Amino acid sequence: MLAAHLSPLASSIFSLMVIASLLLAFVMLGSRWLNNYLYAFAAESWVIAALSASVGFYGHYPELYLIAILTALFRGLLLPYLVWRIIRRLNVAREIHEILQPSSALVVGALGVVFSLAVAYRVGQSLGLAGTVAVLALTVMLSMKLIGFLMLTVRHEALSQILGLLVLENGIFLGAQILVPGMPLLIEIVILFDLLIVVACFGMLVQYLVAHVGSTSTLSLKRLVG
Amino acid sequence: MVGAFLLVMVLAPATACAASFVIRSARFGERINLVSSIVVFITAVPLTVWSGAGPYHYLNDYVVLDLPGAWVILCTAIVYGLASIYSVGYMRMLGEEQRLWGFYALFSGFALTILLSAIMNNAGLYWIAIELTTLVSTFLVGFERVPESIEAAWKYIILVSAGISLALLGTVLFYWSGSFVLGPTYQMTWDALRNAAPRMNSTLVVLSYLLVLVGYGTKVGLAPMHSWLPDAHSESPAPISAMLSGALLNGAMLGIVRFLSVADAAQDGVLARAVLVAFGVVSLLVGALFIVRQDGIKRLMAYSSVEHMGVLALGFGFGGPLGIAGALYHMINHSLNKSLMFFGAGNVMRSFGSKQIADIRGVWTRQPVQGALWLAGAAAITGAPPFGLFLSEIVILRAGFERGFAWAAYVMLVLLIVIFIGFLNHFREMYFGPGANADASASGKEGVALSGWCIAPMWLALVPVFVFGVWWPTDMWNHFMAVANALTSATP
Repeated sequence: MLAAHLSPLASSIFSLMVIASLLLAFVMLGSRWLNNYLYAFAAESWVIAALSASVGFYGHYPELYLIAILTALFRGLLLPYLVWRIIRRLNVAREIHEILQPSSALVVGALGVVFSLAVAYRVGQSLGLAGTVAVLALTVMLSMKLIGFLMLTVRHEALSQILGLLVLENGIFLGAQILVPGMPLLIEIVILFDLLIVVACFGMLVQYLVAHVGSTSTLSLKRLVG
Repeated sequence: MVGAFLLVMVLAPATACAASFVIRSARFGERINLVSSIVVFITAVPLTVWSGAGPYHYLNDYVVLDLPGAWVILCTAIVYGLASIYSVGYMRMLGEEQRLWGFYALFSGFALTILLSAIMNNAGLYWIAIELTTLVSTFLVGFERVPESIEAAWKYIILVSAGISLALLGTVLFYWSGSFVLGPTYQMTWDALRNAAPRMNSTLVVLSYLLVLVGYGTKVGLAPMHSWLPDAHSESPAPISAMLSGALLNGAMLGIVRFLSVADAAQDGVLARAVLVAFGVVSLLVGALFIVRQDGIKRLMAYSSVEHMGVLALGFGFGGPLGIAGALYHMINHSLNKSLMFFGAGNVMRSFGSKQIADIRGVWTRQPVQGALWLAGAAAITGAPPFGLFLSEIVILRAGFERGFAWAAYVMLVLLIVIFIGFLNHFREMYFGPGANADASASGKEGVALSGWCIAPMWLALVPVFVFGVWWPTDMWNHFMAVANALTSATP
């Protein structure tokens, strides 16, 4: 287990990056402008790429450098570009109908982090890893999951939902770098490619939404009930 | 030999998919898709038989043909075959000729991804295969491009992607718990996980299993994660509804079953089973409530799928040789029977021009043959004897009583009776309800003539369901015992 015996410096660098990406998730949660989501998402992906590289450096996993480059390219550039193209085509700048004000969403998100911490703490204790960066990584992994779900629930623009899904995946990727740095290369690369296809599919589907439903707000999707 | 058959089984739909994309002709697409489905069926049958002597490993252990996987392959091949025959007749009635090649390309691609998910020997690759089934089938759900079907497609892709991202988290955590035993880098095959499970940390296994269960449970349509299912099943073209219900749900159930056997090996089986049984009971309850008060004909079938996935969850959750045998028998019966029901619903929808049960009256007088087949199917799907689902449900009930889940078995029994009454009551109205005789001639709109392509697969589905109801082949029983054995004992 890498996280159990790290030098204090490496441990603090990892913690810093993990916290930074959690903060960026909160930036997405607290903003109502679609462009801000996108920038925060891209920044978060770059942080994760840097994290991959530093885990590769301190943990001696050279293949993680490749993952870092691919993460930066795919998640940091290509995905935001694809989403940006969709935004530009749709002419939607912000959320219009909010179930939850961004400020209240932040509070709910903070509660989610507390819950994740409780779970991670318990798991960490039973594994004998209490106080290591593994607990922090697990906390952030679970809380980004919850924040992603929160974004999916309280946001209605189709694009916010796509970004919410991407946050879900970012959380997993982030945690995986620290918890399971030895995960086979093939799996990680395939998952990266898979994500590209997902976003491409979303892009096509959003077009259909515009063409056939006439709106990109999922609030107007209420024909099918019962 | 096994490897060659496996290769042919995968290459057939892959070729059909690619060729349809290149040629772009509706007629060509439907033919090559039909051929591909027949090839898949012809290869799947011997593969299922041979799987008893396996497991067979290929491609550096990334691909495996094992007993539970082979059974899902067989169910998928059956539904793919039936749906391919049916779609020749049904899709011509939709009047989308110029886009039809795309339908067939995606159709064979969809079958391909489900078959792939069943032979993936790596939990990560299995996840990717399941994700791909979602992406391909989304466009099939939205194929008709009316607001309803686009809405269904959007809900489907968002809910299912969000759901199975939980399964990915669970998979990563499973990998993590395995890394304490097997070292930081290892192949996450099902066998490796199960063999390492006794030495894994129990808390972490429970956490990972619950995440995986909720994740793949979304894809299976277990309540309360089922909310995408009625929309997607009811808005997609009828052959796709059959594929979603009869093939895809089994493919996702396979993942739950495999992870359940890992949790069993980690001595967390009691909790793992209790949670799966609870999901099964809730699914039955939700299915029953929505079946009783349902207006849409295909939504009725969709909630029946929620119900039957609940029954499967109960069977696998009860476990033991009886529970697993019952669940596997139920899987194949449900695949056959639900295909029949969706085909019938598609025919009736085309003929009456409505999805509402209230608009459908006098099925019997308008379409005697298809009406009789559909009614027999309705009796079968509610678990009436002498059809296969009666036998499999009885076996699952017995497993419940034997394995200390008597409460769940009682609840299941009551809910099955409620569903029986509620489901058949809708059919009573459609066949014998008021206005049954006046309708067809008075309104002057004669139903469209159904081609043999639309009727033949209903026969092909009903006859085996009936045969399985009166005769449970001994060889099949022995096969199920072998599957149960493979799922409960660790292999070296």
